[in-house]
Amino acid sequence: MFADYSWPELGAIFAMQGFAGLILFSVFVLMALGLAIIFGQMGVINMAHGEFMILGAYVTYLMSNLFADHVPALFGMYFFVAMFLAFIASGALGLLVEWAMIRHLYKRPLDTLLATWGLSLILQQVYRSVFGAREVGVSIPDWMMGSMPVTDLIEIPINGIFVMVLAVSISVGVYIMMFRSNWGKQVRAINQNRVMAGAVGINTEWTDRLTFGIGCGVAGVAGSAFTMIGSTGPTAGQLYIVDTFLVVVFGGAASLLGTIASAFSISQAQSIMEFFLSGSMAKVLTLLVVVGILMIRPQGLFAMKLRK
Amino acid sequence: MTRTSFMTRKELIGFLILAAVIFVLLPAVLDSFRLNLFGKYLTYAFVAVGLALCWGAGGILSLGQGVFFGLGGYCMAMFLKLEASTPENTSIQSTPGIPDFMDWNQLTELPVWWQPFYSLPLALLAVVAVPVAFAFIIGFAMFTRRVGGVYFAIITQAFAAILTILIIGQQGYTGGVNGITDLRTLLGWDIRTDEAKTTLYFVNGVLLFAVLLIAQYVRKSKLGRLLIAMRDQEDRVRFSGYNVANFKIFIFCLGAAFAGIGGAMFTLQVGFMSPTLVGIVPSIEMVIFCAVGGRLSILGAVYGALLVNWAKTSFSEAFPELWLLGLGGLFIAVVMFFPNGLAGLWSEKIEPQLEGLFRKSKPVEPAESAAPSSRAAAE
Repeated sequence: MFADYSWPELGAIFAMQGFAGLILFSVFVLMALGLAIIFGQMGVINMAHGEFMILGAYVTYLMSNLFADHVPALFGMYFFVAMFLAFIASGALGLLVEWAMIRHLYKRPLDTLLATWGLSLILQQVYRSVFGAREVGVSIPDWMMGSMPVTDLIEIPINGIFVMVLAVSISVGVYIMMFRSNWGKQVRAINQNRVMAGAVGINTEWTDRLTFGIGCGVAGVAGSAFTMIGSTGPTAGQLYIVDTFLVVVFGGAASLLGTIASAFSISQAQSIMEFFLSGSMAKVLTLLVVVGILMIRPQGLFAMKLRK
Repeated sequence: MTRTSFMTRKELIGFLILAAVIFVLLPAVLDSFRLNLFGKYLTYAFVAVGLALCWGAGGILSLGQGVFFGLGGYCMAMFLKLEASTPENTSIQSTPGIPDFMDWNQLTELPVWWQPFYSLPLALLAVVAVPVAFAFIIGFAMFTRRVGGVYFAIITQAFAAILTILIIGQQGYTGGVNGITDLRTLLGWDIRTDEAKTTLYFVNGVLLFAVLLIAQYVRKSKLGRLLIAMRDQEDRVRFSGYNVANFKIFIFCLGAAFAGIGGAMFTLQVGFMSPTLVGIVPSIEMVIFCAVGGRLSILGAVYGALLVNWAKTSFSEAFPELWLLGLGGLFIAVVMFFPNGLAGLWSEKIEPQLEGLFRKSKPVEPAESAAPSSRAAAE
């Protein structure tokens, strides 16, 4: 199958597909970071994660319309406001959900799966009633349009670069929060031994709630970034939830580095194969390889050394 | 430890009531269209019973039951499709004698792996064997490495995603998004008529009871008791010298076999098979049938499947918008307030009340009133 292409063309294909893979990678990382906090640190399976993302996307959509209608002069900047509000909105919803539902289910992780799936159905219907069943897109500000030519065969879209920068900065933020801050230390302490953590004076209830809220907030930011490269519909969240869970599990649930590494390998494999096979077969092969590796190495790529 | 009998009197009454509902009540009150719908719901009940064993008794939550349901259904559909695609029926195609969707996708020859499905015995064997083989591979790989719980759920879910993408992607071999449609006859018997559908409803009922009896047998056997012990204290069972993985593999394969039979019956009852019944969403809904009915009770699972689907159909006819809200609320309510579903509600709340009523209404000798409590202790 390589015979039809000349060497420089092949190089360009790999570079372009590699870059498309990098954008996919950024999306995966953004989605998986929130899940890595919630699933990896708290052990809660949040099937509504995709819907928290979509909430962020809709907030961005609303902001873009608001800015375009009322303050067109500042339109170039709307995205930053939207991102912040997306974090606040999804995070607040996350806090509410934790308070109303999740905190009663910490001892039954499989049941969190069912309950949050129910939540995701409700949210989907709410989105459909409020925003309509059709997909909506946002208008991208001028400075994000277009692409940078690298060579005459390779071009790199600017919004892709923006999403990548965003993914990197949020990863760094989450890293600092989880592994360099006092709060992160508390979260990890609770993860290892809840009773003991409570006994040494950590407010486990509040830490749990905040962790869940921040995880959901990060999902909202991911959704916000998502509008830059695709459109948003009520059921879009469901499409990514399996991928995202696999990314987190494949990387090793509690390891941030693992999450990033697995997002990178999955997205690159899929993107490069996509060019030579059909999209669906590329996806099937990627998933099969991931599941196969998980069967051999159930604890994921980067397992934390823990005594159970 | 006393040997538990195959079925206590209370359980026997439960079975008889369900039999009365399925074989007498529903056919008596429903027209043939509705009865056909309930026939469809019964095919989901097969899956729910399997899940009650795997998840309720064994603690293994599979989010990939749709895979097994679909595999069973596709095996049946392939046989029916080949029967419907005789060279005479398909003479307008460029290659007569192969299924129409293959012709549309420029296939000129039947793929080799479709060949065995010319034979009904082989197809029926495949209905059970293919899902079980898949379940064995997954179960063997996962359980011998002690993967369970959440991780198992996510990986089975990934399989549901993989199979759906594969079926949709390989349109020429599988019928793609549309699935395998336009199925007509089973060995010359037209399955599209109302009489056929009513007959199939009863066949479903009989098969379901066969499955229920197998499930009851497993539950009451040593294996069933070990499963519950494993669910609650896996390590203790392992340290007692039992090979935990083998039991789990067995029960998972059994659940897959039930689901496969359900899928095959679905194909016959409804007349098509499509990837929309394989994926993640139907797989999770199947878990919900089981959860609503009561994950610990095999009879509850049947009621769960019937009730949820009936509610779905009547709700979405009347208020299509509200259905998702209702279903979502149901998920949350069941998980948070009735973790043991309707069956739990019955045995914990209603049954003690009823017993209290009966005891008041008829004065019983002390010996008889002591009997139920001692039986309850033995169980």
